[in-house]
Amino acid sequence: MAGFLVKRFLQAIFVVIAITLLVSFAIRLTGDPAVTMFQGGGSMTEDDLARIRAALGTDKPFFVQYFDFLKGIITLDFGRSFVGGTQVSTLIGNAVPATLMLAFVSMAISIVLSIPLGIMAATSRGKGLDQAIRIFSLIGLSFPNFWLATMLVLLFSITLGLLPPSGMGGIQSYIMPGATMAIILTATNVRLVRTTMLDTLQSQYVMVARAKGLSETTVLYKHALRNCAIPLVTYFGLQFGSLLGGIVVIERVFNWPGLGTLAFDAVGARDYPVLQAVITVLSLLIVGINLLVDIAYGLIDPRIRTE
Amino acid sequence: MTIEQAKPLLAVEGLSVEFGNSRVVDDLSFTVHPGKTVAIVGESGSGKSVTSLSIMRLADTMGAKFAAGRIVFGDRDLLKASQKEMRTIRGKEIAMIFQEPMTSLNPVFTIGDQICEVLMLHEKMGKSAAMAEARRLLDMVRLPDSEQLLKRYPHQLSGGMRQRVMIAMALACRPKLLIADEPTTALDVTIQAQILTIMRELQKDLGMGMVFITHDMGVVAEMADEVVVMWKGKKVEQGPVSQIFADPQHPYTRTLLAAVPRLGSMTGEEFPKRLPLTVLENDVPTVVGEERVQDTARYNEVPLLSVKDLFVRFDMRKTMLGKVTHRLSAVSKVGFDIYPGETLALVGESGSGKSTIGRTIQQLQTAHSGEISFNGRSYSAMSAAERFRMRQEVQYIFQDPFASLDPRKTVGFSIAEPINTHGLISGGKAVRRRVDELLERVGLSSAHADRYPHEFSGGQRQRICIARALASDPKLIIADEALSALDVSIQAQIINLFMDLQAERGLAYLFISHDMAVVEKMSHRVAVLYLGQIMEMGSRRQIFETPRHAYTRRLLSAVPVADPSAERNVTLMEGEIPNPVRRVGDEPAILAHEEIDPGHFVAKSA
Repeated sequence: MAGFLVKRFLQAIFVVIAITLLVSFAIRLTGDPAVTMFQGGGSMTEDDLARIRAALGTDKPFFVQYFDFLKGIITLDFGRSFVGGTQVSTLIGNAVPATLMLAFVSMAISIVLSIPLGIMAATSRGKGLDQAIRIFSLIGLSFPNFWLATMLVLLFSITLGLLPPSGMGGIQSYIMPGATMAIILTATNVRLVRTTMLDTLQSQYVMVARAKGLSETTVLYKHALRNCAIPLVTYFGLQFGSLLGGIVVIERVFNWPGLGTLAFDAVGARDYPVLQAVITVLSLLIVGINLLVDIAYGLIDPRIRTE
Repeated sequence: MTIEQAKPLLAVEGLSVEFGNSRVVDDLSFTVHPGKTVAIVGESGSGKSVTSLSIMRLADTMGAKFAAGRIVFGDRDLLKASQKEMRTIRGKEIAMIFQEPMTSLNPVFTIGDQICEVLMLHEKMGKSAAMAEARRLLDMVRLPDSEQLLKRYPHQLSGGMRQRVMIAMALACRPKLLIADEPTTALDVTIQAQILTIMRELQKDLGMGMVFITHDMGVVAEMADEVVVMWKGKKVEQGPVSQIFADPQHPYTRTLLAAVPRLGSMTGEEFPKRLPLTVLENDVPTVVGEERVQDTARYNEVPLLSVKDLFVRFDMRKTMLGKVTHRLSAVSKVGFDIYPGETLALVGESGSGKSTIGRTIQQLQTAHSGEISFNGRSYSAMSAAERFRMRQEVQYIFQDPFASLDPRKTVGFSIAEPINTHGLISGGKAVRRRVDELLERVGLSSAHADRYPHEFSGGQRQRICIARALASDPKLIIADEALSALDVSIQAQIINLFMDLQAERGLAYLFISHDMAVVEKMSHRVAVLYLGQIMEMGSRRQIFETPRHAYTRRLLSAVPVADPSAERNVTLMEGEIPNPVRRVGDEPAILAHEEIDPGHFVAKSA
């Protein structure tokens, strides 16, 4: 176990370096932040630009800037935002909980819904209920998330006035962004649960469990589900990663103060320190989730544990 | 008190079961009495498993409809019982053991939890009482170290141990009726003998009735009091076991018994023999085909294949830095020759390394050390192109004809593939002509070439695999348990096909099998393997008539005899095959061999 964790830690360091290096390099190809800052700000001389570059530190060679950034990670000091000059760590500190809460809420809703629905579809394979669940899942898959979000806002905030249209506040503010993502996630997950469950239900041990006289609920939710868990946990882990990427759109629509919004604004302003910090945090989160998934494998399946 | 007077435990009366529009069990009746065993025999598709699942009412979950009949257990008709009522009967009054011990236990729960589950459900025991009882049950099926075993998971146990756990689980609530659906089919003969003995003794102790489903007539002879023969969903014959064997009435029963390979049937014969088959023609058993002595081996020539000091090892465990700490010695210092036109059989239990040897010869596996030469040329001296050509000369037939054909390609495509790969014939028409010829040679027709594997039965698929193996015109065919998955009547046909091809083309076979009776029927020489080493090697007669090594004798005595009047094999062989994974540096001792008669080699004890 210790060896495994050490390996994973080294892996995480490698991933973070590779990703931040790539992103820091790529964003610098898109233009000069000094010029961006001046846009619409009247005339500027080459001297003005040079002064701004010196102030931002972008006049230094790329690798010097990059190593300053790496040093910053270790001391948790990501520098200051080019826009407004706030400490980047403060910005990140505020945004991470907002994004994680939203992501967890949507994942939780989706898992709680998709497991029983998927099992129902599998056990009624080919019958009406199965067809209905599959059709709804197809409809859910076909919604573009921004459209669904907009429609929800129109209905519940503008027409009915029940829910706040944007921002992060009380529990009501989670309902619409959470539901938007949960609907789309559930649509995929139901199909996955259905397929893995169908496979598992063919197993001899499911028949043996029935032959013991166990109730169908015990057979499905104890014996079969635990055996489906490996592919499901793997997929949910990967999904969490893509969820963090896909959250940008939802955060924009609902004006959610999370990492997505932060990244979106930082790209627009070529705000290198913020962008690099957001990417670092995201990749650490994804590496962390995958680590949890790997640990979960061992808890779920004794065959992996003893290897 | 005779059987007829006592009240039966279970009475199946006029049972008909349908799946969709097809009737898989038709008007079946039989009774089971306490303490007695009824064997239901028949080939795949005869409806015997559906019958057992119908008694449990588990066939419902597979979509079965009960068209007619009653299944009376005690005082109730199980076909009228609700699933809720059935749940109080299943596992408590009627228990079932399934065919596949490797997949019958849930891989994610401990052995203890799985046994306790039944006890807690039906006997309303607390967890600790259930654990204590589970331990007693494991002792009862003679599993060593039961305390530790409760905490282990199925994958840490061998097939034989798992099947014993299944028996313990099935007997946990002292059921009145035990249904065993091919409980030993997937096991080695030595393990099978252990399991059968345990089942027989526990049946005597608990006085339960047993429905024993099998296709193995040897097992029937050892286990059954009464036999029900099923054919195409119908019962064709029923009677006491001695009568069925001594005086079978129905033509199907007669052909079935004729097809059973019997150990010792070849005693005194110098060579294997191609024997005529008894087949049903218009419901009359008819003997077809010629009898021919299979004197095809050409010992005066250079050996076709020569294996010397072969070692194959698998690295099992490594340290973090990649240093190997544990190894499995699958094959240790194995050497043998195969002459043109000869059949050499490799026999042994699972884990003995017989398949690994086959795979190494076919270059599907790399050897750790040793030399394999073909036609006098060593593999290591060959160029890559020559080694590729070897794949044409040596062909492999696998055990599972369902898994070894690509389901998305036509049969014709699969047979033509080796021809095209090796560029043996050019031109689509010529290739097609060759495919048609091959199909006809193995007893199928050229019209079959455009069909897909799922349209064929198991026996037909194995014929297709043979046609594919013949396509590249090989000199050696490695048949790895190629007959094991087939029904006995089909098996007998395929054995004859193998022998005919050998006589026609001078083919040599490396015949890998665990079935001693089949090996006796078709091989010229036999090598007995145990834990990767040859224990004994010699001519068929030497091995079967004068076995010298204790292991060979053990293997032979474990084979069930298809004769109910024969004395039952009551000696219970304890123990499992030891774990072959060993620490590096602790390699198994290499046994030396002694030639006790010309060509008869026996391993000396270490």
